[in-house]
Amino acid sequence: MDETWHIVWFTLGSALLSMVVILPIGLPLAWLLARKEWPGKSIVETIIALPLVMPPVATGLILLKVAGRRGFIGSFLHEHFDMDIIFTWRAVVLALAVMSFPLLVRSLRVALEGVSPRLEGVARTLGASPLRVFFTVTLPLAARGIIAGVVLAFARALGEFGATVLIAGNIPGRTSTLAVSTYLYIQLGQDDAAWKLVAISISFAFVAVWLSEWLGRKQRVTV
Amino acid sequence: MKMKKTLTSFIVAFLLSALWLSSVSAVELKVFAAASLTDAMRKVGAMYEKAGGDKVVFNFGASSTLARQIEEGAPADLFVSADEIQADKLDKAGLLLHDTRVSLLSNLLVIVVPKESKLVIQSPGDLLGDAVKRISMGEPRTVPIGVYAKAYLVSKGLWARLESKVVPTENVRSALAAVETWNVEAGFVYRTDALISRKVRIAYTVPAGDGPKVSYPFAVVKGTENLAASKKFLEYLGSKDALGIFEQYGFAVK
Repeated sequence: MDETWHIVWFTLGSALLSMVVILPIGLPLAWLLARKEWPGKSIVETIIALPLVMPPVATGLILLKVAGRRGFIGSFLHEHFDMDIIFTWRAVVLALAVMSFPLLVRSLRVALEGVSPRLEGVARTLGASPLRVFFTVTLPLAARGIIAGVVLAFARALGEFGATVLIAGNIPGRTSTLAVSTYLYIQLGQDDAAWKLVAISISFAFVAVWLSEWLGRKQRVTV
Repeated sequence: MKMKKTLTSFIVAFLLSALWLSSVSAVELKVFAAASLTDAMRKVGAMYEKAGGDKVVFNFGASSTLARQIEEGAPADLFVSADEIQADKLDKAGLLLHDTRVSLLSNLLVIVVPKESKLVIQSPGDLLGDAVKRISMGEPRTVPIGVYAKAYLVSKGLWARLESKVVPTENVRSALAAVETWNVEAGFVYRTDALISRKVRIAYTVPAGDGPKVSYPFAVVKGTENLAASKKFLEYLGSKDALGIFEQYGFAVK
């Protein structure tokens, strides 16, 4: 397969997988933040937001220490499952997941807050369990906003560079993402190839942001 | 109203003094140097300043990265590359003052492993073994240490079989860091990098006659605003004092 398309598919696949990993964690967390008051909430909120504002390379270094062969998670996986994270495709997914997590939780929280608690209350008084209320009332009403949030976080994952390059390296055909490959092409002086990837990145970003905005706007109108 | 006026005059005074300060400050030499020279160059730069020389600021990175930055017009005064290829590239593009170009130092290629690793490497062929899953080196198409390591492995007929184990890195120091943190079993770095790290040991040194010639060309960048000062610092780099420091760090003086 053409190298460019391999990079594109690998990046799309890794970003998609990172969404699959963080959505089941992000959704309940966003719900807890949107609907409940609990001790330490503001601290948890702040910690979740950190990768959004920290230098990506700092986040990368922390991941390197934790997931590396000498790190407490990395060493466990290496010894018991003979599995390595650093410098493999798993590191790419890890970097994308951590870096796009804050954006996902924020968007999901806004989407869930857009659902009127009164509607949930009505469902409760009609005898529905909290879980049933969540899946039959909250989730369908917030669906557009949730999809908008996932699309936005997905777009953020597509462009991740700082943490990825540190923990996944740039192994041709195995860990090369759009952003990292663009950088390599610039280093190689192959500006044409770099521009090609830049054009693809811009197209993806444009579609994703536009789609996310469009979905978000529709939600506000219907509620 | 009065408050506002005071504030405005304060800001104007501040800006004027900032401008004045920046115009009277002495020459500041911008030296773009290969990552492997980081420690030695800092020391030499500090010595030069102490001896009454101009202020020297460094930009360290892979020589290929630095060359690319200079190509794009980065304001460098002096370029020190870890291989002749990158200097040739800039020379050809007319971006270096060719007459000032001089190759002062050389280095050796070594294979390092984590300090407590039990790996024994008696020849580069031992890298083929199952105990070595990954080998870090600079990006083999651009970063000098990677280019040297690839050339060496190609000459030994090992590259095709080892290529899948290679973890390309940003520069030589990141290749070293990958070994230090046990994330690869072995890595190619320069002898000088291995000597600086307390977390790795040299498992194999490529004999000088057997491997590629590692050479560090120095040159003044064309279009420098500090021509005289740059030449002066370059002269100092070739002095006995400076070369002594480079030797202390393990470089071979040509």
